[in-house]
Amino acid sequence: MYELVDKELVAPDIWKIKVRAPHIAKAYKPGNFVIVLPHERGERIPLTVFDTDEENIHIVFQEVGKSTKLLGKMKVGDQIQDIMGPTGHAFPSQKFGNVVLIAGGVGAATAVPLGKHLHACGNNITIILGARSKNLVLFEKELQDISEKLIITTDDGSYGVKGFVTDALKEILSNEVVDLVLAIGPAVMMKAVSDLTRPLKVKTLVSLNSIMVCGTGMCGACRVGYKDGTVLTCIEGPELDGHMVDWNTLLPRLSMYKEEEAISLSLLDNESR
Amino acid sequence: MPLKDRIPMPEQDPKLRITNFDEVALGYTEEQALMEASRCLQCPNPTCIQGCPVNIDIKAFIGLIQEGKFTEGYYKIKEKNNFPAMTGRVCPQETQCEASCVLAKMGKPIAIGRLERFLADHEMYKPQQIETEKKNHIPVACVGTGPASLAAAANLAKKGYEVHLFEALHLPGGVLSYGIPEFRLPKKIVNHEIMLLSDLGVFIHTDVIVGKTYTLQQLRREFKSIFLGTGAGAPLLLGVPGENLNGIFTANEFLIRVNLMKAYRFPEFDTPIKKGKEVVVVGAGNVAMDAARTARRLGANVTIVYRRSRAEMPSRAEEVQHAEEEGIHMKLLTNPVAFHGKDGWVQSVEVVSMQLGSPDERGRRKPIPIEGSNYEIYCDQVIVAIGTTPNPILKYSTPELLLTPHGNIVVDEQYQTNIPGVFAGGDIVTGSATVIEALGAGKKAAIYIDKFIKGA
Ligand SMILES: Cc1cc2nc3c(=O)[nH]c(=O)nc-3n(C[C@H](O)[C@H](O)[C@H](O)COP(=O)(O)OP(=O)(O)OC[C@H]3O[C@@H](n4cnc5c(N)ncnc54)[C@H](O)[C@@H]3O)c2cc1C
Ligand SMILES: Cc1cc2nc3c(=O)[nH]c(=O)nc-3n(C[C@H](O)[C@H](O)[C@H](O)COP(=O)(O)OP(=O)(O)OC[C@H]3O[C@@H](n4cnc5c(N)ncnc54)[C@H](O)[C@@H]3O)c2cc1C
Ligand code: SF4
Ligand code: SF4
Ligand code: FES
Repeated sequence: MYELVDKELVAPDIWKIKVRAPHIAKAYKPGNFVIVLPHERGERIPLTVFDTDEENIHIVFQEVGKSTKLLGKMKVGDQIQDIMGPTGHAFPSQKFGNVVLIAGGVGAATAVPLGKHLHACGNNITIILGARSKNLVLFEKELQDISEKLIITTDDGSYGVKGFVTDALKEILSNEVVDLVLAIGPAVMMKAVSDLTRPLKVKTLVSLNSIMVCGTGMCGACRVGYKDGTVLTCIEGPELDGHMVDWNTLLPRLSMYKEEEAISLSLLDNESR
Repeated sequence: MPLKDRIPMPEQDPKLRITNFDEVALGYTEEQALMEASRCLQCPNPTCIQGCPVNIDIKAFIGLIQEGKFTEGYYKIKEKNNFPAMTGRVCPQETQCEASCVLAKMGKPIAIGRLERFLADHEMYKPQQIETEKKNHIPVACVGTGPASLAAAANLAKKGYEVHLFEALHLPGGVLSYGIPEFRLPKKIVNHEIMLLSDLGVFIHTDVIVGKTYTLQQLRREFKSIFLGTGAGAPLLLGVPGENLNGIFTANEFLIRVNLMKAYRFPEFDTPIKKGKEVVVVGAGNVAMDAARTARRLGANVTIVYRRSRAEMPSRAEEVQHAEEEGIHMKLLTNPVAFHGKDGWVQSVEVVSMQLGSPDERGRRKPIPIEGSNYEIYCDQVIVAIGTTPNPILKYSTPELLLTPHGNIVVDEQYQTNIPGVFAGGDIVTGSATVIEALGAGKKAAIYIDKFIKGA
């Protein structure tokens, strides 16, 4: 059991929680995530470690389905059934040079720790932060602090530039030398970024959000076509080369359990009514 | 006097059992156990004992059943094996103890496994009388909680050590918990036999990935010795086109969802599983049979596809028989070459017919594709059960650990790895094997760990 020690709403439906897990906090490296089992009959879901302190790990998550909604309902002092980790590869400690970090939606929760890490490794960072609309723009201040330049795009134009992150990226790529693009967000966005940088041969890493169960490389749920074969995202990723990912295998796999997820959600809504 | 037949095991009717996940084999009654035990000749030179990888004194425990001394019989088994309720159910007895019984020649060996299970079920929930040496407060760690680590832990705890088990998943048991289905090995029994271990003072830490949460180097600083029983849990894939389509599962994922996460009780449990209508299972080992029988219970029409013939099927004979009784079809000498799909979902398996060629180095006849014999089997779900390999996590963080080219840990005859004080056993050393072999390895390693610590 892992105690929820703090909870804060950072945007509509998006929470930042602190959970007591000193052993995970100590072992954590940027890029790692944890597997959370909210309750005894729950599902194992992967969530990025946003930050840590001595005693706790911090997690930022968006309520999208049953598990994340259940987590969202938990109160300070409540116990989370299980948290395993940290797992996943640590992000390389490397000076790439000029880095464009793209964060879409709740992907910002993963972009913050990776951005801080890249900054600490001496990289020059431009950030493109995308959201549907103004109230969903996450961690502007944190990302501002570590970047040379921060571009905000919103789909509806309510804040920053109206448009998609790829529009902003296109412009940067035509004007500047870029050594690394790191894209974190919805799979369609990461695919679009990879398609844009592939012909330009700009190194592109993406943070894959495959559906996971074990998080330790033994179930194969998170597998995705890669190069000429298959990789397990949980142990070989989550950051992988966007040009090697077979997006045609990833995208359908993300919606594999659509019907079941809808059942879970409707039952939850009925319960809380 | 003609040799009496083995007392059959009462079983759930196949028509009924494919509608539930309850145990198939129901266990002997006292009367049946006494009758079966009475067939044992109490041989002066009992050959059965050598057939058991941990050399249980089979003659003695069956003799005690004959006298109605069930408690004594149970502790006779426990001298050698701490987990009889599990081994009595899942050991491949027909190739081990029972194959070595003198009566096997007549085709009617004593049902040793069933008797072992009978004693365990009869006694396991009673207060346990186990002699342990005085606690010495020397900390020892076991990594993984499958049978290898459980046996190592039990034996070290009995010698007085302070044993800590570390498991990556949220529940202990390894394959016993996540792999072997409820209808063959009820989780209640696994949990109970593990609980008896906690009663010996063993600490179980779940959610800990050794190599990530703690490195092996860190554990070495805290513990006098370490046993690695991490199993061979990483799934193998066929490597043919279309394998990542929706609806195609590794047996591990399918079984973990259903067994460990209880997806067969979705939505009461949150983890979902796809329920196929036409399911193809690739492979013919224990794992394939378990996956096929699980899919059947979820309501599917199931076909097993295997590239060799019946004689080469690696699964236990009893499992194949149970599968066939449950209406599972077998397509032998048939091998998948591609998966075809629509809108991201699998629709068919393209297979090729095979014929058996000349025997390989191990004497198994090699399957050869018959050119031009390709055809498609229509399905909406596929489960790939063609084997597993060692998990690479420990390797990534411990490059100094000596491995075989296949990724198995190399140990000497005392189960010690190339790192002093670090021992290993079970599937991580041998590759996929059996529960009792893993138990045996853990138990023997415990002896050498004790020697290592006392000698140091
Ligand atoms: C490495 C990694 C890190 C992640 N980090 C974060 C994070 O920091 N913050 C955050 O809000 N989200 C993160 N996610 C996504 C998060 O795991 C899903 O939103 C969550 O599992 C949804 O569960 P649910 O029951 O609430 O929703 P559901 O209704 O079950 O699913 C909604 C959608 O989420 C995805 N999903 C469902 N189950 C899983 C699963 N077991 N594993 C992965 N994805 C699943 C599916 O695409 C699904 O369509 C991460 C995913 C990965 C793989
Ligand atoms: C579906 C299935 C059916 C089977 N049926 C039978 C049968 O009927 N009879 C039979 O005798 N055998 C059967 N077997 C084989 C048998 O289960 C195995 O040989 C046996 O379980 C091996 O035991 P082990 O202790 O070596 O490893 P495992 O049981 O695999 O346990 C290893 C454990 O270590 C954990 N682990 C791995 N890496 C780490 C790490 N880095 N940190 C922490 N924990 C870690 C894993 O999560 C796992 O829980 C079957 C196997 C399967 C998969
Ligand atoms: S442990 Fe297994 S092999 Fe040994 S006697 Fe019992 S059933 Fe037979
Ligand atoms: S060999 Fe068979 S008959 Fe003889 S003692 Fe052993 S179990 Fe009994
Ligand atoms: S989540 Fe199980 S292998 Fe990656």
